[in-house]
Order: sequence, then C-alpha cells, then structure tokens
Amino acid sequence: MKLRRDVFQAIADPTRRAILTLIAVNAMTPTVIAENFDYSRQTISKHIQILTECEILRQEQKGREIYYQLNPEGMKEIADFIEPFRKLWEERFNKLESVMKSYQSKK
Amino acid sequence: MGYKTRIIAEEGKQEILITREFDIPVALLYKAYIEPDLIEQWMGTKVVKFEFQKHGSYRFETTDPQGNKHGFNGVIHDYIKKQEIIRTFEMENRKFGVQLEIYSFEPLTSKTSRLKQQVIYQSPYLRDQNLKLPFKQGINWAHNLMEEILVNLQ
Repeated sequence: MKLRRDVFQAIADPTRRAILTLIAVNAMTPTVIAENFDYSRQTISKHIQILTECEILRQEQKGREIYYQLNPEGMKEIADFIEPFRKLWEERFNKLESVMKSYQSKK
Repeated sequence: MGYKTRIIAEEGKQEILITREFDIPVALLYKAYIEPDLIEQWMGTKVVKFEFQKHGSYRFETTDPQGNKHGFNGVIHDYIKKQEIIRTFEMENRKFGVQLEIYSFEPLTSKTSRLKQQVIYQSPYLRDQNLKLPFKQGINWAHNLMEEILVNLQ
C-alpha cells in the first residue's frame, strides 16, 4: 500500500513551490518544467511525482505529451490537524534513530 | 506499512501520549536524550546549556531560515538511568505555557526499544494550541504559496 502523501510536506519544499508557481500560469510538460531549473531532470520528476501524489498537480494527456497543471482542489484540502504534528515527531524520531545507529557503528 | 509514531490526544484532556518503537537498544535511545552533541544532531537545535542532573536546567536555541533565534528551556525534575526522564519544557516568549514531559524508555529486545512520551500541558486549550503548531505552519506555507501564485498571475 502506498502512503498518502502530506500536502503540507509537499509544499514546504522550495523547489516544489517553485514548480507550482511556474505551472500556475501555464500547464507544462515535465521537460519544459525541468528546463526552468538547474536540477537534473530526474530530481524534477521526483518533485512532480510527489506533487501529483498529493493531488496538487493534475496530469492531462495532449497528444503524445503529458501536461501538468495546478489542481486548486488539492490545495484546499485540510488534513486532520494532528497529522502534521505526528509527521513532525515521526521525522524527528527517524533522525534520532539514524543518528544513534551511526553513533553505534562508530564505537 | 504505517508510521512508527503514535499520538494519542483524547478530546478535552490536557495531555498527549507519543509512542514510538526504535531499532536501537534502549541504552542508545536513552543516550540520545542526555548527550548534548547527540541532541543537537537529531533535534536540529543548538544546546546552549545542559545540566543533566536532578533539578538541573537546560536551554536550546534554534535559528529559523529568516535568522530569528528561538529559545526553549526547562528543568530536569528527576531521572532514572535508562528508564525515565521527567522534565519541564517551555518555548520562550510564546504563549504556549509550560509543559511537563515524562519520558519512559523500555527495552523490547536487546536491539530494539520503545519510547513513551507523556506531555502534560497547563490546560486542554493550551494542549490544542501546541498540537496545532505544525499544522499552522503548514497553513502558512499554503498561504504564502497562494500569494506567490497570485503575484505571478498578475
């Protein structure tokens, strides 16, 4: 089962915000989106994927090309207010675990 | 697979319970809470002061992306090595009150452990305000983003 991504987490990232700002004006293909950034095509694809999973982006097939556009409905979604709190702790604890694992292996 | 972190926040109560299982021995989990340089690494904060002793005090400081400094402090009320830490925690210059934090560390196997973090706030209202903080941050991001988009559309 694929985990539903968190909208807040998606838009907290500056690159993803830049992508959203960009395509808010015009629907764009992944290639055109990537041309606007210094990152690799792969990195941009990953960001697009996350935004799509959150349903902030919508795909539209036009001929052979896939165009991405903003899905305003996705932005309106308000998750359960505890969820971002839990996510914060989940990330902190993941960090704790990885810090302590590398601490352990250094010993 | 779900998240490893569970949050129990019953309606109308002034406490929450956070539980999490770790793939590290309990001694290491406990250590992550009492060594300043380790705290700095996983909490992403600067440890300005840390007297880990009964009635000792501590202070953390973080700097946000805008360069503003935020202080946090509290007192170690008591502790039992590798089992329990009881401390207070307060965000400085914010109206979220003081919270009492009870950390229980339990071994599960020789390589895994569980943390139970009970947090008691001054009132149910303040508990909810604290719980909503990351949510509000999310809402701010959403608002800023909408503004950027609107500016671009002009």
